[in-house]
Order: sequence, then C-alpha cells, then structure tokens
Amino acid sequence: MKKKKANFSYARYGYLFSIPFVVAYLIFSLYPTLYTAVIGFTDMKGVGKTTFHFLTENPFANFQAVLTSPTFQKAFGNTVFLWVCNFIPQLCLALLLAAWFTDRRIKIPGEGAFKVIFYMPNIITAATVAILFNALFGYPMGPINDLLVRFGIVAHPFNFLIKKGIAQAVVIFIQTWMWYGYTMIILISGVLGISLDIFEAAEVDGANGWQTFWYVTIPNIRTILLFTLVTSLIGGLNMFDIPKLFMLGGPDNATTTTSVFIYNLAFSGTYQYNRAAAASMIMFVIIVAVSLIMFYMLRDRDEAKEKAQIRKVKKINRKQNREASAK
Amino acid sequence: MNKSGKNTGKKIPIFIICVLLSILSLMPFVIMLVNATRSTTQIQQHAVSLIPSTYLLNNMKILLGKSFNPGVGFMNSLIVSVTSTVLATYFSSLTAYAIVVYEWKLKNAFFSFILAVMMIPAQITLIGFYQMVYKLHMTNNLLMLILPVIASPAMVFFMRQYMMPALSLEIVQSARIDGAKELYTFNHIALPIMKPAIATQAIFSFVASWNNLFTPLVLLTDQKKYTLPIMISLLRGDIYKTEYGCVYLGLSLTALPLIIVYLLLSKYIIAGVALGSVKG
Repeated sequence: MKKKKANFSYARYGYLFSIPFVVAYLIFSLYPTLYTAVIGFTDMKGVGKTTFHFLTENPFANFQAVLTSPTFQKAFGNTVFLWVCNFIPQLCLALLLAAWFTDRRIKIPGEGAFKVIFYMPNIITAATVAILFNALFGYPMGPINDLLVRFGIVAHPFNFLIKKGIAQAVVIFIQTWMWYGYTMIILISGVLGISLDIFEAAEVDGANGWQTFWYVTIPNIRTILLFTLVTSLIGGLNMFDIPKLFMLGGPDNATTTTSVFIYNLAFSGTYQYNRAAAASMIMFVIIVAVSLIMFYMLRDRDEAKEKAQIRKVKKINRKQNREASAK
Repeated sequence: MNKSGKNTGKKIPIFIICVLLSILSLMPFVIMLVNATRSTTQIQQHAVSLIPSTYLLNNMKILLGKSFNPGVGFMNSLIVSVTSTVLATYFSSLTAYAIVVYEWKLKNAFFSFILAVMMIPAQITLIGFYQMVYKLHMTNNLLMLILPVIASPAMVFFMRQYMMPALSLEIVQSARIDGAKELYTFNHIALPIMKPAIATQAIFSFVASWNNLFTPLVLLTDQKKYTLPIMISLLRGDIYKTEYGCVYLGLSLTALPLIIVYLLLSKYIIAGVALGSVKG
C-alpha cells in the first residue's frame, strides 16, 4: 500500500523532467515547422516582410510553382545525383577498409594512425573545406594546375571550375573524401560486434577472406549498413555547406542543391519566403518518409538480429552434419 | 609457413593503399598550411611547395586589415558551442532520465515521438524559424543558436540507450531512502554514471555547433556577432580574390585549432563514433 503511493508520487517527476525538452521542442521545432507550412500557403515575400495573406484563388500555387520550376527540378536532380555518386564509392571504400582492418589474419602496421587520418577531414569545418578546394582548383595557378603542369600531364593550366561536370565531380569527391572515414569507423564497429564464433566456423569451413567477407560479414552488418544508408541519405538531401561555398551553386546551377535553392529563394533576390517555405515542405515530406523507414528499422532491429542468429546457427549445424556424414 | 607468407604478400598492397589515402587526406591541409606562410607572388609562381616561406606576418597584416576578424568569430563560436554543448548534454540526459527511471502514462508515447522526429533536420524548417526570430527582433542574438539544442531528440535517444543498462534503479531507490531529492539524485548519481556517454555526445555536439553554417548564415547580419563559419565564407568574397596567401592563412587559422584538438582527442573521438553507431 505504502509502496504504491510512493510510485504514484514519483510519476510526476517523469513529466517534470521532460518539461525543458518539451518546451524547447514546441518553441524551436514544432512552431517553426507549422509556421513554415503556413507560409507555404501565403503571399509572403519581400525583404524583412512579416505580414501575409493566404492565397485565396489557388492555395497550392506556391507548391505548384516550385514543383514546375526548372531550377527546383534541376536542384533536386543534382541533390540526388551528387548523393548517389558520393555514397557508392564512399561505401565501397569504407567496406573494403573495414574488411582489411578487421581481418584477424592480417595485422596492418599503423592501423590506429590510419583511422585517425582517414576520419580527419570529417571534423574540419565544411565551410573551410569548400573554400580550400575552391583555392586548390584555382585558375590559372592553383595547386592542382601547378601539379599537372609540373608533371607534364597538361601543357597549359586548365580552368576546371567553369566546366559543369568537373565542378560536380569535385563536389562528389569532397563529399566522399570527408565521409568515407566516418563510414569506415561505423562499419568496423559493426564488424567487431559480430560474434567471433561465426568467423571461426567460417574459418574451419575453409572460407577464404573474400568468402568470409561476402557471406559472413556483410549479412551480419545489414542493419548497420541500412543505418548508414538512411543517415547518409538524409544528410545528402540537406547538402548545403560544400555546394554553397565551393562554387556558389554554379557553374550554371550545376552544383545547386535543394538546400542552396531554398536559401537563395528566401534570402536573396526577391526574398520569396512563401515559395522557399513550400520547397522546404516538399523536402520535409520526403525526409519524413525516409525517417519512417528508419523508425521501423530501429524497432525491428533486435527481432531481425535474432532471426539472423537462428539462421546462422541452423546453417552451421547443417554444415557440421554434412561434414560428419561425409566422414 | 605458407599461410604467413601469403598474408605478408597481401599486407604490402593494403599498406600502400592506406598510405596513398592518407596522403590524399592530409595533402590539402599541408598545402593550405604551407601556403599560409608564402607570399601571393610565390604562390602564383608555384602553388605547391612543401617548404614554408617567411611571409606569415605579412599575410596576417593584409588579412586582418580587411573585414575578416578571426578573433571575433572564434569567441562567438566558442560561446555558442560551449553553452549549447553544456545545455544539450545536460537536458538530454535529464529527459532520458525521465524516460528510464519513472513510470508515467505518456512515457511510451513520448519516446515513440522522439524516435519519429529524431531524423528530421532543423534546416528544413528554417523559413518559419527565421520569421519567428525576426518578429522577436532576436536575429543577431546568439541565444537563438543556443537554446534550440535543449530539445535534441537524437541525443535523448542515445542517452536513453546508454542509461538503460548502465543505471540500476536500485541505486536510485537507495538514494531515495537516504532522503535525496529527485533532482539531486540525477545530478549526483546518474550524471557521473553517464560520463562516458556525455563525453561522446559532448564532442559531437561541440563539433556540430562549431561547424554549423546554415542557421547562423540566415540569422546573423551583424559582423560583431559572426561565428567562425560565416567569417570563413567572407574569404570567398571579392576583397580577397587576389590575395592568395591571405586566403590560405585565413583558412589555416580556422582549421588549425580543430586539427590540434582533434589530434589530442582522436582516441576518444574515434571510439565515440564507433559507440554512436552501436547504440544508435
């Protein structure tokens, strides 16, 4: 009786201690989200404007304008293109390095130092990195041109950054360069989490390094791979710092991402808060959809892990039985 | 015998690839640091050199003679990053404590909500946020960059995952029997247990806040309030177009503190990244 009463009085601390979070969330996240959604249906534009009227004729005019805008379509295409082209090499490189660094049969000298060096670009301010690469590819006498001319690869300095494809390629390179170390560390910790017994069983079965990697390592880090995919995708859909400062979205909008598009729409030129808000909401819907996938993934994670474990044990048992009968 | 020979044969190409990747990671920063000490003329003749020159002070003079003020940017960034790191880790731990320790009706709904919103980036609602802050005449107030971190769903999730196995409810019970107030129990018993998780999250919170460009770029218009990433973006402007040495020096000044801190803490940072993936 007494205990029950005590429990009852403690429950209010649950609410009490959540208050700072809830209040901050309501003011700084929920209200701005709703407000952004509202602005998307209004005529709010012009620098410093804070008053607005709802659009009466066609409430979805801003959304239609954004969706049919060639610049938005291009920006969205660029965003997806830049993300896909950076994620694939990034993941492959990270997987390869993770496989090498966790292989118990080979010990690479200086492994710890390599990890530290590979991760370093990730920690440096993206703004610094963007402007640094802009300087590195400078014309006529940037460091890259200097190297190419000195080693006789090209006869004359080349103006890289006026070419759309090259500007995009450099952005892709920067993104890969900044993130493969991070992905590698995540994957290494995933591989280290796999039970040693499974690797030993594979070794006993005579699997070589490649087979072990493909049939044991990869299936066992599936959830971590999915986690990497989703977080990278959400980050990629918001790509801003590098494209914005590297080439200011150019040349000819080739490196304009949706975030750069939204920023330029709302905070330069004619200050079209309404259209920028509509574009934000479109991206919001896409990201929420991706988050939902993440939500279900996290919820089913332990269950999936259990299933995988059972499958594994069955497989090993089968194998052992086969071996036993062969003998 | 045969086996070890095969593995050494594999070791060498792997080692070489790792060395090449290391050069790729480090080279841009080496060029940046060396060029910070060279004059614009020297850079124009040969943009890559591994030998530092003697124009560091000269570059510094030109750099600081214009609108770039790394001191101000550094101080503002430090104020924002330190306070937001303290607030984010403290209140995220407190919120996680509320979820882990107490039984209350909305607890599960609250936690599901946190899971659902934790991947939504703040950047997507910035138009509404800007309008709200503008109406309050707080656009140049650094508090607007700091206070939002009190609600960091992803960090609450991480803290909760860490706290579940680490904090036994019996300790909390015995503290109650000793007459400790609830907040006192949290501050003096739960927080010390959470130290490793807090350290990890503190590093990432600090780096994220230090490197943040989007929100400050939208909110801050007063040069005296500029954070470091906005200061850096000034180097992209026309006034430094022909001053190559200066640009490299400016970039070095902003990157060097991070590089030094990173090398000092690298062990914990790398471990932190790994921990984050296992828990999250």
